[in-house]
Amino acid sequence: MDIKSPEFKQSARIALQDANLQKALGNLKAGFPGKRASAVARMPEFDALRDQARDLKNHILEHLDLYLEAFEARVVENGGQVHWCRTSEDARQTILQICREQNAKTVTKGKSMVTEEINLNEYLEEHGVQPVETDLGEYILQLRGDHPSHIIAPAIHLNLEDVSEAFHEHHHRPKSDDPAVLMAEAREMLRKQFAAADVGITGANFLVAETGSTLIATNEGNGDLTQILPKTHIVVSSIEKVVPTLEDMSLFLRLLARSATGQEFTVYNTLSSGNRRPDDQDGPENFHVVLVDNGRSDMVGTEFQEMLRCIRCSACMNHCPVYGAVGGHSYGWVYPGPMGSVLTPQMIGIEKAALLPNASTFCGKCEEVCPVRIPLPKLMRHWREKEFEKHLSPKAVRWGLGGWAFFATRPGLYRWASAGASRFMRLLGGRKGKIRKLPLAGGWTDHRDMPTPTGKTFMQQWNERQQQEKQR
Amino acid sequence: MSDTQTAPIKVGLFVTCLADMFRPEVAFATVKLLEQAGCDVEVPAAQTCCGQPAFNSGDNHNSRRIARQTIEAFEGYQYVVGPSGSCIGMLHHYPELFDDRDPWKQRAEHLKARAFEITSFLVDELGFNAIESRFTGTITYHDSCSGLRELGIKQQPRQLLAEVAGADLREMQEAETCCGFGGTFCVKYADISNRMVSNKTGFAADSDADTLVGGDLGCLLNMAGKLKREGRDIQVRHVVELLADMTDTPAIGEADYDLGQPL
Ligand code: SF4
Repeated sequence: MDIKSPEFKQSARIALQDANLQKALGNLKAGFPGKRASAVARMPEFDALRDQARDLKNHILEHLDLYLEAFEARVVENGGQVHWCRTSEDARQTILQICREQNAKTVTKGKSMVTEEINLNEYLEEHGVQPVETDLGEYILQLRGDHPSHIIAPAIHLNLEDVSEAFHEHHHRPKSDDPAVLMAEAREMLRKQFAAADVGITGANFLVAETGSTLIATNEGNGDLTQILPKTHIVVSSIEKVVPTLEDMSLFLRLLARSATGQEFTVYNTLSSGNRRPDDQDGPENFHVVLVDNGRSDMVGTEFQEMLRCIRCSACMNHCPVYGAVGGHSYGWVYPGPMGSVLTPQMIGIEKAALLPNASTFCGKCEEVCPVRIPLPKLMRHWREKEFEKHLSPKAVRWGLGGWAFFATRPGLYRWASAGASRFMRLLGGRKGKIRKLPLAGGWTDHRDMPTPTGKTFMQQWNERQQQEKQR
Repeated sequence: MSDTQTAPIKVGLFVTCLADMFRPEVAFATVKLLEQAGCDVEVPAAQTCCGQPAFNSGDNHNSRRIARQTIEAFEGYQYVVGPSGSCIGMLHHYPELFDDRDPWKQRAEHLKARAFEITSFLVDELGFNAIESRFTGTITYHDSCSGLRELGIKQQPRQLLAEVAGADLREMQEAETCCGFGGTFCVKYADISNRMVSNKTGFAADSDADTLVGGDLGCLLNMAGKLKREGRDIQVRHVVELLADMTDTPAIGEADYDLGQPL
């Protein structure tokens, strides 16, 4: 996927004017936050579970190597293989290699953001393997040559008409705008693919060290068909998904569904534990787990480690007023919203992604809803520190700050400058109490008036009063 | 007025840049409330800004310089109180700026423990609610983000506003959603900020209140500026103006100066 994060501002401007997108975003805002709120209200121990989940994740991250190795040992015992991939390139090659060993022509895919991150689909296509997305949202996007704009509702930026249009064009059927008809159509198309696929690729919500199992939580059941029918199942997962035990996993599942969609539990929670054994009724003959690092182990032990607690529930973006205004594509890479504003700079470099951690008012709503209590604003601010340290901040910002700090560290001078600025604005505003156009403040006055100071500064007035009192 | 018998509480007023420059009335109202609550208020001359512009731009060097200056300016005061959740929230961030072995860390912690936003100071710290004020009109309250989420300010202003004779509170939808100010955010991401503040003014208008009240001048200037531009007939005021019975001055962005008074 092309990196468009440096164009965040332009993309955002276009997004704000895109009526269809705004309509779709309206649906998102009307849906997820309310559902989460009522799910949380029904569960008095929710906040206590969040604390537990945060502590448990912290523990896991302290011993990440141990848990991953334990996980690998169990997978191997179960007859599967684990592939450790440091980079996206390693991961893509490994997956292609497995597909080639199976002479695979088509692979079905369950929903997976990590495969977006490593740009798997394009790579497979280039090398003669046809990936078929089986999650309904992802399927629609694939038909349209589009990318996810949300981590759990990938096609949230589309409206029914867009889907109907895409199906009509690709399925060569009469156009319909009945969701049930469209669903049936997709099901029919996908059924053939499920049966024909040589390899099934899924992501994983959790890796269980105790049993060597991987788990996917889905609401459509497509993941099950993806991983059960083909001879080979490849699980692609990032390394921070590992949890010690099944019991621990259930803690996260309770938080995940409620935070994501407001469900008590996701509809399908499917565990995969190695190859099919002799008396198993189904399951793959070959079971592979591709562990993707891609910069994550570099975050361990740094100020960004807390980001690795993320369970990809999407609550932060569902509640983010900036995401809600501009949608996921504006962020210009795979992970949007607050979590993306922290992860993306790590993966594509702060040089390209600096606009993302800056695109926040630090309102703190994301941290308020995050089930594993990731301090997202603080982490975004750490990226701003990196940006500043590397002298990447725009010159105007650096100079402005430098000048401001010169005054702000000299109280007498600061007072004098404030009094001057106050007087200047009062002169501009005249008797109206507001200014419609203020030089150098176009960002403000293009959209709103600038209220003018009501009189001399407080410090001036206070000092005058103190003087008067002394004289009395 | 409730006269406390005990020795007066010594409070250093953290004026905040915006109150100093745009609306001194807010600082005066804060002083009045503190005095009503039995405090002895002083205004340390060595204060400037809380340092947020530097802190939020990743400029920790200048943030630290300003933090040290503020810590020193308020040494010796029992409390530091200001009319802004955002600026007081920044004072609460100071300890993060120093590492554990730095003696300034302790001093920053000490400042943090004494620093309060005005409504939370009155309610949580002093248990004060002897508000003597009258205001005729319907109001709606915007919860500014830093106060709400960093300092837990939600009920305090409402509790105090309930004591204002005549003020009728009507909650708007999404009172807790950010207004889009965000310091430099509003100029760096002007289009997004504009959308956010437009949503806000829309909700304020839907509430049918005639006055929009909040605890942070940044947000209030933003929302007032938008309401004026949209031509909506809603007044905007800082909560302390209502609590201190100081609402005879024009609301934010509405001033019409007395011709007799020099600029
Ligand atoms: S950062 Fe928190 S809220 Fe956002 S997706 Fe991750 S777990 Fe969910």
